[in-house]
Amino acid sequence: MTYLAKPRLHHPALPVNKLGYTRRDYEGKVSTLCAGCGHDSISAAIIQACWELDLEPHRLAKLSGIGCSSKTPDYFLGNSHGFNAVHGRMPSVATGANLANRDLVYLGVSGDGDSASIGIGQFAHVMRRGLNMTYIVENNGVYGLTKGQFSATADRGSKSKRGAVNADSPIDLVSLALQLGATFVARSFSGDKRQLVPLIKAALAHRGAALIDVISPCVAFNNHAGSTKSYDYVREHNTAVNRLDFWPSRDAITVNYGEGEAIDVLQHDGSVLRLCKTHAEYDPTERLAAMDLIARHQAKGELLTGLLYLDPGAEDLHQHLNTVAVPLNSLGTADLCPGSQILERINASLR
Amino acid sequence: MKRIEAVNDFVVKFANINGSGSASANELFAKSFMRMGIPVSPRNIFPSNIQGLPTWYEVRVTEKGHLGRRGGVDLMVAMNPQTWNSDLEEIEPGGYLFYDNTRSIPASRFRDNINVIGMPLTEICNSTYTDARERQLFKNIIYVGALSAMMDIDPEAIAELIGEQYRGKEKLLKPNLNALQMGRNYAQEKLTGQLGLKARRADAVGDRIFIDGNSAAALGCVYGGATVCAWYPLTPSSSLAEAFQRYCSRLRVDKETGRNKFAIVQAEDELASIGMVVGAGWNGARAFTATSGPGISLMQEFIGLAYFAEVPATIIDVQRGGPSTGMPTRTQQSDVLCCAYASHGDTKHVLLFPEDPAECFEFAAAALDLADRLQTPVFVMSDLDIGMNQRLCRPLQWDDSRAHDRGKVMIREELEAGCEFGRYLDVDGDGITYRTYPGTHSTRGSYFTRGTTKDRYARYSEQGPDYIDNVQRLLKKFETAKSLVPRPVLTPSRRPARFGVIHYGSTGPAMHEALEALAEMNVHVNALRVRAFPFQDEIAEFVAAHSKVFVIEQNRDAQLKSLLVNEAGIGPANLISLLHYDGTPITARFITREISQIAAALNVRPIKKDKAA
Ligand SMILES: Cc1ncc(C[n+]2csc(CCOP(=O)(O)OP(=O)(O)O)c2C)c(N)n1
Ligand code: SF4
Ligand SMILES: [Mg+2]
Repeated sequence: MTYLAKPRLHHPALPVNKLGYTRRDYEGKVSTLCAGCGHDSISAAIIQACWELDLEPHRLAKLSGIGCSSKTPDYFLGNSHGFNAVHGRMPSVATGANLANRDLVYLGVSGDGDSASIGIGQFAHVMRRGLNMTYIVENNGVYGLTKGQFSATADRGSKSKRGAVNADSPIDLVSLALQLGATFVARSFSGDKRQLVPLIKAALAHRGAALIDVISPCVAFNNHAGSTKSYDYVREHNTAVNRLDFWPSRDAITVNYGEGEAIDVLQHDGSVLRLCKTHAEYDPTERLAAMDLIARHQAKGELLTGLLYLDPGAEDLHQHLNTVAVPLNSLGTADLCPGSQILERINASLR
Repeated sequence: MKRIEAVNDFVVKFANINGSGSASANELFAKSFMRMGIPVSPRNIFPSNIQGLPTWYEVRVTEKGHLGRRGGVDLMVAMNPQTWNSDLEEIEPGGYLFYDNTRSIPASRFRDNINVIGMPLTEICNSTYTDARERQLFKNIIYVGALSAMMDIDPEAIAELIGEQYRGKEKLLKPNLNALQMGRNYAQEKLTGQLGLKARRADAVGDRIFIDGNSAAALGCVYGGATVCAWYPLTPSSSLAEAFQRYCSRLRVDKETGRNKFAIVQAEDELASIGMVVGAGWNGARAFTATSGPGISLMQEFIGLAYFAEVPATIIDVQRGGPSTGMPTRTQQSDVLCCAYASHGDTKHVLLFPEDPAECFEFAAAALDLADRLQTPVFVMSDLDIGMNQRLCRPLQWDDSRAHDRGKVMIREELEAGCEFGRYLDVDGDGITYRTYPGTHSTRGSYFTRGTTKDRYARYSEQGPDYIDNVQRLLKKFETAKSLVPRPVLTPSRRPARFGVIHYGSTGPAMHEALEALAEMNVHVNALRVRAFPFQDEIAEFVAAHSKVFVIEQNRDAQLKSLLVNEAGIGPANLISLLHYDGTPITARFITREISQIAAALNVRPIKKDKAA
């Protein structure tokens, strides 16, 4: 962990995009997350996606709630305005921001606690309103920042670091978003750059509410039942001192698997996550079929990944509200104020 | 028996059943006086219900222009059997009861010191109309017709109003005019001389307009340049957002494209509505929300964020009776402290206290300017009494040379020219720093907004000195706000006065009437109407210049007094609270009685004219 700024000098050999920017130009401050945290991999994928899209960094606004995941907008796109709002309420801030200026690209970053627990109301409503934004949930099944309590996406039967067993059924944000009318729904894994980067690019290009649920292991607190010995060591240590003060340093988990394939991912705590990629010929424009397929995989204990649903004819909130083409924040007094003559007429009608 | 005889100065109260169509008929009655040049002050007293519960409409006819609630009733139009007993009790001795005598009511259910006027309304309706809805709706118009005849209201004035109401709907116009005439005819034949309350043409309305505070505030938001409105339905604030929608559809649609220069979102709750306002404000649009106490409670966390991260937000609080769901359809001024200190941690917010619809208009527009100028939440503290009741007030005014004040915003050219940008860097020494709108410049001027502590360049910090530097600057900014918010308004007494009175918001009209009544009793008081928080120094000076100062409020806990003691350095010993908080609007009678009694008890004889200094 360091707060030192990274040197900004470009190596002449670094590749540049159409705007002449290197990937470094899309980076932010140095991350303060745990080494190996899945969230950092997602930040790297966002940087890569924006760079590949030739997106002007300052024309993107990044917004988040509160959590380890929500801290990450500080760690990418340093030339973008960012807004770290309050816990679970990023969607409303993003809505207001988007209404103010429809010309920017909006990227929201949230956690599973932020979106599925405290913020599920705002999550639901931003999806159904069709706000033109990319909404990335960095889903680790726990509250990272407050040290390992269950979130609403934690699997039933999973065990917290402190030993509690989760008896509540988990919320599947992907199924929920489909139900609510999101027009771009995808799921991926933080360590699957090959899948994640194109998904982020597609989401940023989509006009409407685009959700990417990214499974993102927490090196500190992922602790499903059946933890391995190495993890027990950590637990023993922490129990002995009755405080959680030792985090093993981990490498981020990466995966590489092809379309239509399934893969078992060994997580830091020794638990196994089974991911299954959609087939190459999978048609993501069928909403009901998508919901069905997701549910079928879920029943088998698998998480279906990939672009699960896309409505190519999606509309966004500005279309619904029939707002002018220029950003509302660019309208001045002359555009907005009807003037004294009209006010006189209104007065006359009130006598 | 004694009969109240009055011209252009009386109170009529209609007792109806909610949802029976009485509201428009009663409003017609009220407006007909104004067309005769006689000021009126009507008030809706309605239940939290759509249909079936009791509702009242009280019309104060007042040539002198006393627009506060008077208290007492001279004529009760008792159309609701459920509330018969309590309605009768309210009538002043010598006053009048007008009722439907189709079915006979035993003598024991009347009072003997009132004058009773019966009219077989149901019978008339049943013999004229067959449709049940028509029977009900026209009954209302018929009683208005009868009352208008008894009171000598100009029939032309009413017919004109009905004509305006049904312009373009000729099918409805005729039957309404007929019903009105039917009522008039009956009264002229059978009820002559029974009512001693009369209307006489006057010239006391002038160019004043008749509008409710919520509509006026909505217009203020249109004129003030609000483009984003996010709200969640809540009495008594809903009609404000609805009026904004209505006015925007008329005044803010681009003529060429037919597209809207505004965005209104009915959010999922107040957390979302304030979140949207904060998001829009952060991104450079003028945004507001309208709500009431329960909504303010929900918004606390975001208000703290907007205060600390310095994001403009305009919040119009149309106050109602609290706490909790409280008295949802009654008025109070009980959110003062909750708004002044909204959110956890050390916070203080700018509050504006409009007196009437005209100030609702002005302060809503001013709030949008102040929020941008001060980069902070600004509250317009309206209430149900002015928000939801039509009130006579001076015409709304707009100076066409006025431009919206967008505050300190650093633009692309300035960044390009190398101007130093620190989001929380106080370059002007007034505590207000420069901001940039997102998307301004490719490499300069971006910053990260957060609710956590940061340094002057918006970098995350956990350092005590950074925190103190920041919150001290926020205090300085609040000090700057004093010079920007509306100043208090002094109403000096005609004679030198030992006593002062401080009041605010919707208390104004009742206060002014009370001042006149007190002066007649030889009790002279100087009145200061506080219009904003933070308090200017002249408020403390006003208190210092009087031996005692009454602080008049419509809440139980003397909230403004607490704020004066806390924030203006005023000693509580000099202040005497007069509190009216039963949910009904404060009356001049209440204020007059309390002040005269306390003045007498303090054993301070009024200063004699000859001894006046
Ligand atoms: C109103 C409020 N309640 C509680 C918290 C404490 N809190 C901070 S982050 C967090 C959970 C974050 O979990 P998640 O969104 O999953 O993010 P992660 O850290 O796992 O990435 C909680 C409960 C808060 N910040 N605000
Ligand atoms: S606690 Fe978990 S989620 Fe938070 S930074 Fe560490 S690994 Fe990431
Ligand atoms: Mg989490």
